[in-house]
Amino acid sequence: MDSRASEFRVLSPTAILGYGFPARSFLKGMRRRPHLIGVDAGSTDPGPYYLGAGTSFTNRAAVKRDLRFMLVHGVRSGIPVVIGSAGGAGARPHVAWCREIVEEIAAEERLAFTLGIVYADVPRRVVAAALKRRAVTPLPFVPPLTAKALAASVNIVAQMGVEPICAALDAGCQVVLCGRCYDPAVFAAPAIRAGFDRGLALHMGKILECAAIAATPGSGADCVLGVLRRDSFVLESLNPRRRFTRASTAAHTLYEKSDPYHLPGPGGMLNLEGCTFTELSRGRVEVRGSRFEPSPAYRVKLEGVRKIGYRTISIAGVRDPVMIGAIDAVLEGVRAQVGAILSADKIAGRVDFHVYGRDGVMGAREPLRRAPAHELGIVIDAVAPTAADSEAICSLTRSTLLHYGYPGRIATAGNLAFPFSPSDAKMGAAFEFSMYHLMPVRDQRIFRREVREVGRRRGGRP
Amino acid sequence: MKRSILSVARVIRSKNSGPFELTLDILFKRRRDFERFRRRKIITPRRIAALYGVAEADVLGIVYFDPCDAIKITLRRWIPSGSPGDSDIYGAQQHAPLLGLTF
Repeated sequence: MDSRASEFRVLSPTAILGYGFPARSFLKGMRRRPHLIGVDAGSTDPGPYYLGAGTSFTNRAAVKRDLRFMLVHGVRSGIPVVIGSAGGAGARPHVAWCREIVEEIAAEERLAFTLGIVYADVPRRVVAAALKRRAVTPLPFVPPLTAKALAASVNIVAQMGVEPICAALDAGCQVVLCGRCYDPAVFAAPAIRAGFDRGLALHMGKILECAAIAATPGSGADCVLGVLRRDSFVLESLNPRRRFTRASTAAHTLYEKSDPYHLPGPGGMLNLEGCTFTELSRGRVEVRGSRFEPSPAYRVKLEGVRKIGYRTISIAGVRDPVMIGAIDAVLEGVRAQVGAILSADKIAGRVDFHVYGRDGVMGAREPLRRAPAHELGIVIDAVAPTAADSEAICSLTRSTLLHYGYPGRIATAGNLAFPFSPSDAKMGAAFEFSMYHLMPVRDQRIFRREVREVGRRRGGRP
Repeated sequence: MKRSILSVARVIRSKNSGPFELTLDILFKRRRDFERFRRRKIITPRRIAALYGVAEADVLGIVYFDPCDAIKITLRRWIPSGSPGDSDIYGAQQHAPLLGLTF
């Protein structure tokens, strides 16, 4: 029997496009003659800014380096290369950013291929129509979507499932660049298209999307191979220093999810209740029993952010024990004094203090906040509707805190140690997540596709 | 005598599960300790709520995951990831209160 028919091998080079991988691991993976190179490029983890600003949280040079390996080897071997959640957040500007890198590499390496671009942007009117039908459901702890929040949201995307990726491959695309994507779909779609089980393919994709993070010792910057068979899949590390174990693989299933047995995604749920993890020789793990359960309505997850203004920050240290002992009262006093000036001048905005050494990491949830360290790091965090106002608020707060006179003060020259000049840093626009909701779709038409010949003259030879 | 959770856990961690949830994992070294925690209901929404100073209703669920002897606890993020006042965008450093658990 042709090995292609009995198994489907997927090379996952890195956990996030741009996190890197050893060339040696990658080339070892290529020697296993994979049927697909897949990579996940995105996440909501870095927060709302990147989706809102249309920029990537990964470095361009690093993304280009990773992509060069994948495109050169994938295209020359005649296998598909699928990139999910291009540019990190996967909206149109992110996809355009990644596409430019793909085209640069193609030109530099003289590669010719059919490029499919699948966009994940959802027009506001589509969501508005669903909202009117009361069909938009918030995920746990997310406020219900309002027309006002929708109107304020920018770069709305939906996580695509396997279908638009399969359709792009059906259309003859060899390289598929996807906007926001359900992470496992990148790895699962080509396998499902080749006739493999959807539940196993998605579960394998769920592990492969993080590459060697699920191996031990774990790494987000190393390659792994997934071998999908008719009734199981096997994971193997492509670096002899790492291996998969039952514990490392099963533990990964917990990662970043609220219920490890039931993993909802586009169009249904991955059910792992009957799943088994078995250790094989040479550091490999075999997984069986993952099932996909389609849901009655095909729902996609929407992501959107709203601009809340601009942020300016200032970083300073405090070493004075008297000041540290009085820190709560000092910050309250500064806040009141600054607040009075701002309201008199009609400047809107807010200031937060991140006080490292007291509760900078956990805030009000910090159980030890009454026992501060011998030195504190304070980040003044000013957010206002305009950049000028956020700068004004940060500057005023900084200077007020620097010279604030508190009871028992013994050091009268200044309360703060600044590590930098300038002391204030403009952080640009600030956003917050406004949409994290499910919406039913009747078909896959919201995921628009564009097909382009790269490196070929029209009607001519490469 | 009370024992520290550190004597039975091999991993204790926190992370976002989306921008609005925080998920905590406790992975046990040995199955019998995992089973004991399950049997004796050592981790309850009430205990987690007290440990984190949040309402019990903010504890979405506690799941026992047999394939790797793990308990997963999911909470409402007190501030959504990246919203003003948030101090841990990835939610990766919110596990410390769990380290003080005794049983």
